[in-house]
Amino acid sequence: MKLKELVYKGIVTENPVFIQLLGMCPVLAVTNTAENALGMGAATAAVLIGSNFVISLLRKFIPSKIRIPAFVVVIATFVTIVGMVMKAYLPALDAALGLFIPLIVVNCLILARAEAFASKNSVLKSVVDGVGMGLGFTIALVVLGAVRELLGAGTIFGATMTWSSFEPAGVMGLPPGAFLALGMLLALYNKIASMKLKKQ
Amino acid sequence: MFEKLTVSSTPHILSKNTTSKIMTHVVIALLPATLGALYFFRLEAAVIIFLSIATAVLSEWGIQKIRKQPITINDMSAVVTGLLLGLNLSASVPWWIPVIGSAFAVIVVKQIFGGIGQNFMNPALAARIMLTISWTGRMTNWISPGADAVSTATPLSYVKGFNVIPENAPRIFDMFIGNIGGSLGETSALLLIIGGLYLVFKGIISYKVPLAFIGTVAAITLIYGGFDFSFMSYHVFSGGLMIGAIFMATDYSSTPITMKGRIIFALGCGIITSFIRLYGAFPEGVGFSILLMNMSAPLIEKYTRPRVFGGGKQNA
Repeated sequence: MKLKELVYKGIVTENPVFIQLLGMCPVLAVTNTAENALGMGAATAAVLIGSNFVISLLRKFIPSKIRIPAFVVVIATFVTIVGMVMKAYLPALDAALGLFIPLIVVNCLILARAEAFASKNSVLKSVVDGVGMGLGFTIALVVLGAVRELLGAGTIFGATMTWSSFEPAGVMGLPPGAFLALGMLLALYNKIASMKLKKQ
Repeated sequence: MFEKLTVSSTPHILSKNTTSKIMTHVVIALLPATLGALYFFRLEAAVIIFLSIATAVLSEWGIQKIRKQPITINDMSAVVTGLLLGLNLSASVPWWIPVIGSAFAVIVVKQIFGGIGQNFMNPALAARIMLTISWTGRMTNWISPGADAVSTATPLSYVKGFNVIPENAPRIFDMFIGNIGGSLGETSALLLIIGGLYLVFKGIISYKVPLAFIGTVAAITLIYGGFDFSFMSYHVFSGGLMIGAIFMATDYSSTPITMKGRIIFALGCGIITSFIRLYGAFPEGVGFSILLMNMSAPLIEKYTRPRVFGGGKQNA
């Protein structure tokens, strides 16, 4: 498989959120604003690229019986690094995301890519796969966050996008809004995908 | 004679009741409360109820057109949803509240889950809760009946946090006939009971469900108030208890199918309502309690399934 295809696969045809529905906990929990979503997506992508890189390097060294604990140690290392970097340079975002940064350790997207891809493929391919999946995850989160922020607060990335008499629907910023918005986006994504299939 | 002997697979007993007939009965049963709303809240009530019903019917037609499904607006269920939502709103809401609420109820809560009979929640109630969470200020800006539209508190907010009725609270008789602040159709217990009796008489609902719901609230508030009967009746006649118990806890598709299950459903509604009213952060808990029990309906059904005739011991 070509490297370009790997990236395309991660963003479109096997998008971690819209197609694989992986890592739903941060997807639903921290997408109340586009900014939080971008922070969460970027942090996850950074961990994913790093863990894919290291796990792919060690793939012939890790005994298959204890591969899951080994993967978790690698992932936890990168999560700690990302968490410390965010605490040092982006304290506001770190406070907003709170517990969900350490919880990246148990994000099933990262473990799934380690298990299904990085432990079987070359270093270069694994890093590119991490970039593709990380981008796909980040884009999906930002789209969801932007929709929820627009409807729930009338802004996107903090900039007012609506007319002055618009009264935002508070529910979109709350957990039910996450489910509603994700469901609608999934339906839309599938609709577009099925229309493309029909054309072909 | 012969046209009565239909050769077909089960069920063999045909009822004359159709969905549209049942729904028409529900609309008739809501008429007293609707007329009461028009009398108490005048033109505002008419506009809100009209917008609510019109949007519900239009949304149903529109979404079925888009999804290329059979149009079912003739079964009256969208009218009932729209009317129920309209009666659940304050007279002071702007025009877009009933429009958004009705569209949400019909499109998101009802049609996306498969249309009539498939919705797992009561659409009108889900829309009301969605609106309340989204636009809390708009939805809880209650006005007193009459032409001058003065902002007022609902009876339940007077009694919040007390176990006796405060001095300045509305009189129980006013609450019974509906001369109080509140949402359009909730205020008059009397008119809702008349509608409920009509439904029971027509065999559309069983008297057991509203009775169990209201009875549970009555029992708990009676004990909480130290056997003060006026405190109990204050709670029974206020808020959305009557409309909820008579018209929403008896919804066919979102409540359990067995009578035993429905009684458990009603008891659960009563318990949650009382606890939210007496101990929770909100003055009113009818809406939340019915939605929570709607979601437990499949579980209740699982444990109240009757033994199949001739079948062995039930394995639940």
